[in-house]
Amino acid sequence: MQVEVKRKLGALALDVSFGGDPGGVTALFGPSGAGKTSVINMVAGLLRPDQGRISIGGLCLFDSERGIDLPPDKRRIGYVFQEGRLFPHLSVRSNLTYGMKLIPIAEHKVKLEEVVDLLGIGPFFDRRPRLLSGGEKQRVAIGRALLTSPEALLMDEPLASLDAERKQELLPFIARISREFSIPILYVSHVMEEISQLTDHVVLLREGRVVA
Amino acid sequence: MDFFHLSMAELEAIRLSLRVSTWAVALSLPLGIGAAWLLSRKRFPGRQFLDGLIHLPLVLPPVVIGYLLLIGFGRNGIFGSFLYEYFGLTLAFQWTGAVLAAAIMAFPLMVRAIRLSLDNVDQNLEAAARTLGAGPIRVFFTVTLPLALPGVITGSMLAFARCLGEFGATIMFVSNIPGQTQTLPLALYTLTQVPGGEQGAMRLCLFAIVIAMLALLGSELLARRYGKLLGG
Repeated sequence: MQVEVKRKLGALALDVSFGGDPGGVTALFGPSGAGKTSVINMVAGLLRPDQGRISIGGLCLFDSERGIDLPPDKRRIGYVFQEGRLFPHLSVRSNLTYGMKLIPIAEHKVKLEEVVDLLGIGPFFDRRPRLLSGGEKQRVAIGRALLTSPEALLMDEPLASLDAERKQELLPFIARISREFSIPILYVSHVMEEISQLTDHVVLLREGRVVA
Repeated sequence: MDFFHLSMAELEAIRLSLRVSTWAVALSLPLGIGAAWLLSRKRFPGRQFLDGLIHLPLVLPPVVIGYLLLIGFGRNGIFGSFLYEYFGLTLAFQWTGAVLAAAIMAFPLMVRAIRLSLDNVDQNLEAAARTLGAGPIRVFFTVTLPLALPGVITGSMLAFARCLGEFGATIMFVSNIPGQTQTLPLALYTLTQVPGGEQGAMRLCLFAIVIAMLALLGSELLARRYGKLLGG
């Protein structure tokens, strides 16, 4: 994953460039207001950089010079949001398969049963999202993103809304995902403990710039 | 109890009203959803104008709308002559014209209700659907529209009720022909103008109340059930 983007956001002048760890977890670390979420949104295609380049694997997602700007649905990324963002009108099952059904079966690298097993979703497979606890919701959100067999997984503080116990429960899952499915993960957080459990590859962001 | 026995003319008026209202709502619903979506989500030149145009039937006297329809959609009107020439379709003084008049009069109510619920749909969920590989049209039909469904139900019900009550534009555009364009309100009015019509008028009046209550209850029930499903 190669990211090199510039964008003015109010008082914040974002100017970030880094390369991701191709095989594992890359952490985007920094205090709130540093522009972490903006960067991840740019990779997802939800926010347009003023200038720059973004590519994952061999695929160029954005290049201001060449006029490339793939829409989010063509980027082959999975995005786990801080608040889960499960579809309230769909069951857990339909949430999980929402993105999976949109890609050809030949491209399914991740199987539904595997994900359900790995994340322990089975017990609430047929429920509605509103009946789930915070931790359960986040597991479904991770599963939903994973099942699109993405080229990369973006996670924006996926544990922020959970208590310490749930966090400890979910962290090993996240570590296993990138290993078992060999999908690179870009992991945004402002909590060092989380990051140190996941990876050594840390991009430190402060006031819109990469510090280390 | 002969009082509750509807005469043929009354029955016909009720059936016509139900038919006109159902068609008017069914035909204008896709347009109403489209207009509501445009107004809720898009910023474009002429947006204020479109908003005003849609709301015009709410603020203009219905008779004025009827008159405009007569000018525009009469056999010699710009649209009317076109429709007649190419489709052999006449609207003026036909029940189909009553559908058009009712649809236009009810349109603002429908659009307002749908737009309100579209405003309340969390656009973050739409963004999430995009990242899962769904294009804009698929997102609309699988996320936006289902989440706005309570508003669509309410809007349809309001429009249906408004269509049932349509009087001014209808009588102006399609006149008051028994069995053809004489809807329930027109029949009721006619009955009050003839000696001995009081009983019939009262029957139609009661019927109007019953239909309106049923529509209200039905949509309330649907919307509540669906709201519960969403956990709202």
